[in-house]
Amino acid sequence: MSAAASIPEAAASLDRDVARLTDLLSKFTAYIGKRLPADVSHKLGELRSQEVNFLAKEVYESMRQNQEAADRLDRPSCQDTGVIQYFLTAGAKFPLLGELEQILRDATLNATKDGPLRHNAVETFEEKNTGTNTGSRIPWLDWEIVPGDDGVTIDVYMAGGGCTLPGAAKVLMPGQGYEGVAEFVFDVITSRGVNACPPLLVGVGVSTSAETAARLSKKAILRPVGSHHPNEKAALMEELLAEGLNELGLGPQGLTGNASVMGVNIESSARHPSTIGVAVSTGCWAHRRGRIRINADLSHEVISHPGFHA
Amino acid sequence: MKKTLTTPIKDEDLESLEAGDVVYLTGTLVTCRDVAHRRLIELGRELPVDLKGGAIFHAGPIVREKPDGNYEMVSIGPTTSMRMEKFEKDFIRRTGVKLIVGKGGMGAETQEGCVENKAVHAIFPGGCAVLAATKVEKIEGAEWKDLGMPETLWVNKVKDFGPLIISIDTKGRNLIEENKAVFNAKKKPILERINARIRFIK
Repeated sequence: MSAAASIPEAAASLDRDVARLTDLLSKFTAYIGKRLPADVSHKLGELRSQEVNFLAKEVYESMRQNQEAADRLDRPSCQDTGVIQYFLTAGAKFPLLGELEQILRDATLNATKDGPLRHNAVETFEEKNTGTNTGSRIPWLDWEIVPGDDGVTIDVYMAGGGCTLPGAAKVLMPGQGYEGVAEFVFDVITSRGVNACPPLLVGVGVSTSAETAARLSKKAILRPVGSHHPNEKAALMEELLAEGLNELGLGPQGLTGNASVMGVNIESSARHPSTIGVAVSTGCWAHRRGRIRINADLSHEVISHPGFHA
Repeated sequence: MKKTLTTPIKDEDLESLEAGDVVYLTGTLVTCRDVAHRRLIELGRELPVDLKGGAIFHAGPIVREKPDGNYEMVSIGPTTSMRMEKFEKDFIRRTGVKLIVGKGGMGAETQEGCVENKAVHAIFPGGCAVLAATKVEKIEGAEWKDLGMPETLWVNKVKDFGPLIISIDTKGRNLIEENKAVFNAKKKPILERINARIRFIK
């Protein structure tokens, strides 16, 4: 603030910044429901062109027509626009750090009206749909603070019911080893994964307890399709699991086909010597997530969707 | 040749259908999911729509209310049918519904219900909600609106609605259960091969 700026002027400038960022994130949130991120579209195109099974080809063709219609009619490509989750990797020096929670709540409200998005917040115990897509702790915010940074990277994720249903976590004993992790992943995918709109992006958390593994499994599906864990053994496991799951041949919608998954992403942490926490989150083929980076001066860069313009 | 079912659907329209066949629907398609099933079966409430010979869609759409009070179908794709498994057999018997559309498979009870009452379950490709919305000509009614947008019973007039892939036929064949048995049989040798390479704890 310059020496000449009065307190009311500073407050007005803050209000303007908040309004500007709210507007940007409202539009971005609504947009995510309508168009798939570039990595997912690309992978689906590849799987479609390789498919040979009759029913699977039929379904891939419906998927292609659907995305084309969603784009042309400017509508949410899947009716289940999910519970809105925001994953923030926020610089401690980001100027609107304290305002972000309210900004994202308002962005959800606006996107719900303008998208439109489906009303997906049912207040638990009251058992009433709030009709606004917001409710207690919804939109869900997940924070990571980066000490020296002055920008923020936000991942928007639409957590649909179908792709959330297979979500599962378990704590294994070390005697079960990574073999137990692989078995758990296969069990989840061959039981509930079949109904979760394959080809799936499978996120696996390998960690110390149920909730740490669960959080990492969700972070894993925010990573691009085709990206790899930095550890060589973990990257090998990603590859082996993806190959193995594809060999099952779930095909789109579980109707059998060449592939089951778009990929497997693993995220991990160190663990207690007595436990291996493992969790699976699945992204459906209509994997609606978006990543945007906001700089300290509120300029932005859209990482997931080159076509987005505010 | 493209096969189209028209509501009201009769037993003989369904008898020749086999699991894996692709059909389309013209007529009335009513959305009906978790809470509507629960209200009829567990709470004993009368369903506000007559489904005899009818078709239901396990779906919770996005609907826009227009200024003139009419509704516009924005986006309507299937939800996971398996969630309705605990109710569906009784639901079929009580309502006389003939076609159940959703995504993923359903279980043994629904299979029994389909055989006993000559009904079928079909899969509309999940996530293809705008494609589906373009097949809805008109929303003719909205019942149990107190349930909120996804759970309301939306009464839709549809034309050439599909592709609908028959997953349970009237003879009791269950495509997704058959597929799952294949997936499970393949699982063991694949896991043995993977596990030999991930014995990281030594």
